[in-house]
Amino acid sequence: MSQSNIMPGFRPTLAFTLLYLGLVVLIPLSTLVFKSFQLSWEDYLSVITNDRVVASFRVSFVTSLAAAAVASLFGFIIAWVLVRYPFPGKRLFDALIDLPFALPTAVAGIVLAAIYQPNGYIGTLLTDMFGLQVAYKPLGIVVALIFISLPFFVRTVEPVLQEFDSTMEEAASSLGATRRQVFVRIILPNLLPASLTGFALAFARSVGEYGSVIFIAGNLPYVSEIVPLMIITKLEQYEYAGATAIALTMLVISFLLLLVINLLQLWVRKRSGQL
Amino acid sequence: MSILLSNISKKFGRFSALNNINLEIPEGELVALLGPSGCGKTTLLRIIAGLERPDQGRVLLNGEDKTEQHVSHRGIGFVFQHYALFRHMTVFDNVAFGLRVKPRRERPGEHEIVKKVHALLELVQLDWLHDRYPDQLSGGQRQRIALARALAVEPSVLLLDEPFGALDASVRKDLRQWLRNLHHELNVTSIFVTHDQEEAMEVASRVVVLNQGRIEQQGSPSDIYDHPANAFVSRFIGQTNVFTPEQQDDAWLATFGLQPGKTAHVRPHDIDIEKSSEQDAQAILKDWQHLGALIRVELVKNGSNDRFYAEMPNEHFKRLQLDKGDKVSLRIRQAHWF
Amino acid sequence: MSAIAYPINEAKAVERPQALRDPDWVRWSLTAVAVGFIVLFLCLPLGIVIIEAFSKGWQTYWSALTQPDAQAAMQLTLLTALVTVPLNTVFGVAAAWAITRFEFRGKSLLTTLIDLPFSVSPVISGLIFVLLFGAQGWFGEWLSAHDVKVLFAVPGILLATLFITFPFVARELIPLMQEMGSEEEEAALSLGASGWRTFFWVTLPNIKWALLYGVLLCNARAMGEFGAVSVVSGHIRGLTNTLPLHVEVSYNEYDFVGAFASASILAGLAIVTLILKSALEWRQARR
Repeated sequence: MSQSNIMPGFRPTLAFTLLYLGLVVLIPLSTLVFKSFQLSWEDYLSVITNDRVVASFRVSFVTSLAAAAVASLFGFIIAWVLVRYPFPGKRLFDALIDLPFALPTAVAGIVLAAIYQPNGYIGTLLTDMFGLQVAYKPLGIVVALIFISLPFFVRTVEPVLQEFDSTMEEAASSLGATRRQVFVRIILPNLLPASLTGFALAFARSVGEYGSVIFIAGNLPYVSEIVPLMIITKLEQYEYAGATAIALTMLVISFLLLLVINLLQLWVRKRSGQL
Repeated sequence: MSILLSNISKKFGRFSALNNINLEIPEGELVALLGPSGCGKTTLLRIIAGLERPDQGRVLLNGEDKTEQHVSHRGIGFVFQHYALFRHMTVFDNVAFGLRVKPRRERPGEHEIVKKVHALLELVQLDWLHDRYPDQLSGGQRQRIALARALAVEPSVLLLDEPFGALDASVRKDLRQWLRNLHHELNVTSIFVTHDQEEAMEVASRVVVLNQGRIEQQGSPSDIYDHPANAFVSRFIGQTNVFTPEQQDDAWLATFGLQPGKTAHVRPHDIDIEKSSEQDAQAILKDWQHLGALIRVELVKNGSNDRFYAEMPNEHFKRLQLDKGDKVSLRIRQAHWF
Repeated sequence: MSAIAYPINEAKAVERPQALRDPDWVRWSLTAVAVGFIVLFLCLPLGIVIIEAFSKGWQTYWSALTQPDAQAAMQLTLLTALVTVPLNTVFGVAAAWAITRFEFRGKSLLTTLIDLPFSVSPVISGLIFVLLFGAQGWFGEWLSAHDVKVLFAVPGILLATLFITFPFVARELIPLMQEMGSEEEEAALSLGASGWRTFFWVTLPNIKWALLYGVLLCNARAMGEFGAVSVVSGHIRGLTNTLPLHVEVSYNEYDFVGAFASASILAGLAIVTLILKSALEWRQARR
């Protein structure tokens, strides 16, 4: 308590914080861990290595990776344009980026389904012109996840780009670098840590996403069934042990992702001289 | 390389940063662009570099029109105010950057680059820091690395934006001398921007005074100090007492040619004082301060509250045997009328 | 290096320095790609909600919203927000105070734990309450013996929402109060102000916009949460359906107008949230 002894309220606020954290978060979350102790290793493995479960993990990871990649690519362009180019309506577009944060996922889900189903607004076009079906296919999951994860990437890269010291670009230019060389050698390396963080955040969010996906996914076992849905299916069949095993695996994976994200952010701060 | 600027004007929105600037800088000079903040000096430097394009006017380097040429092709070296070192690169990679981005046929081999970078780092006496990152350096070290980086491409003109602005006073003193010596050694045409008149006078061989987007005066430091072209330059460079004869007893000023309707600018060291008896005393000594080799005397004219200052060598002041409250007579050696 | 020497010190430059300006064709094509993507992926869905909701006319829209189940869902959603947002706001302020105004061991662990719910999938957030209060859960037997319903009832929904929205207020306040430092509060205390007075007169005015920002995001999520609530609610029409769940149920029963009518209410909520959020950000930027 070196900071200041005169500040009041340390004991009550800390006590309340710990109590509330324990009741609302830690105790509920720990049930997952304790429940899984009731499982034997063999039981756990048999749940996790079940073909349908493995397939759901594959679907979740592949679609999340694809969505995070697309969201990162376009997110980069969007962040770049929003920070660097003036154009009319820029503030409006900037505010809209947060729509996926604010729009309930169920709403996003039914709207995206309405747009991309074979007789939907864009679905019709895609089916007629390219014979491409989006909704009720893994591609539909990707579309929903792009929607959900876009702001995570944009909002991570945007501030870094905003704070970017443009005199570094001028310095490189004055030393004879072409615009392309400036981009590849100066801008990209400085934005790389933030971009990786944004990608990881987008991926982490995608893997856990449920609401926006189930309406557009088709939820076909082995093909378009995601892990969160798998957990719900187990629950509805009263297979609590199975649901717990899958959930624990997901939880461990997302904590690993969290660790990676934190390390990346540490790296970002170190690189930008804030440490 | 000589630099010729003709009729340069530049506006930012409705703010007019530069107004019809004409300036010629011969090869090999070390020039200071001096002026208060907002006078347009940085903009002018950036226009010479090609970082900004003037709204009108031409930039000629060695007689060639380079107005439309992009900064990356001008062959200038630019040292940024906050150095703009590449944060994600080591000191060595920073200095090597300009060599590595050259088109393949002009690019020296890696071996040659290594040799050259180390030579430059030795020139700025920082070779031992070659594998550090910019964040690990002190301000003075960053400054010198930025200079080494700019010199790596063998620029024909070296441009420095407030090169000492972000440094501690003591480091600044050292670096000024160092920059002067370096210029002697390399003899590359150099221009630096500063708002500190002392710095401009000490370092530059030629000073250009700017104010509100115009050139007020240019010349050697002693020219500008001894023969200021107008009231602004006189006030901006060095210390000056300003007298308005109408409001004051002006007999003593008249000894140096009274010009009605104008103000007299008198340097403190151009005022002589002497202890005086009641009748012809013109001022009272209020206070004095020790400035090292000089003594600064605070004076007040009879029947007035305006303070003005005289400066004289220590020894001289002792000989006068003056004390606070003494009456003194005044004599001026020189005045400028504006 | 936040005090970057840009725009150029002489004037407030409206555009980037000329040497760094990208060629026009690059600027235009990138802007077109960005705007196109935003329109296709963000604007279009928002528009479609409205179009679909009114596809059978104003009358149908209105009756879809006024039917008892929809009304019940709206009431439950409001109740959820009314209970969870104040609780998490009080927690957020208390946690930020403890963390930013005092040094103690385990502080960084505590900060990490507060963010925990963000990295847990909504479905898992629901599952843990099923494990806790379900028939086979820890408290399951005790609860059924005393005839208390938590799961598939309102308390379960409240708890799951509480968990999901737990970090929102705290994570807005902690960095801000850290940055502010405690000098002003120390000054107030040294002038004889009591702890509460110091908080209400000095701390609160300084954090009010960030606090509102956190409350706003917390509220949006509390009203819109789907995954976690879906697991614990049991989908009992008129009783345990929140508005997002009502959207799902209507959609699955092919009552598209009903689904999109409810969705339009939630979309309206999202738009209001975005507008307020922009306004708050604008305010904070001007400070």
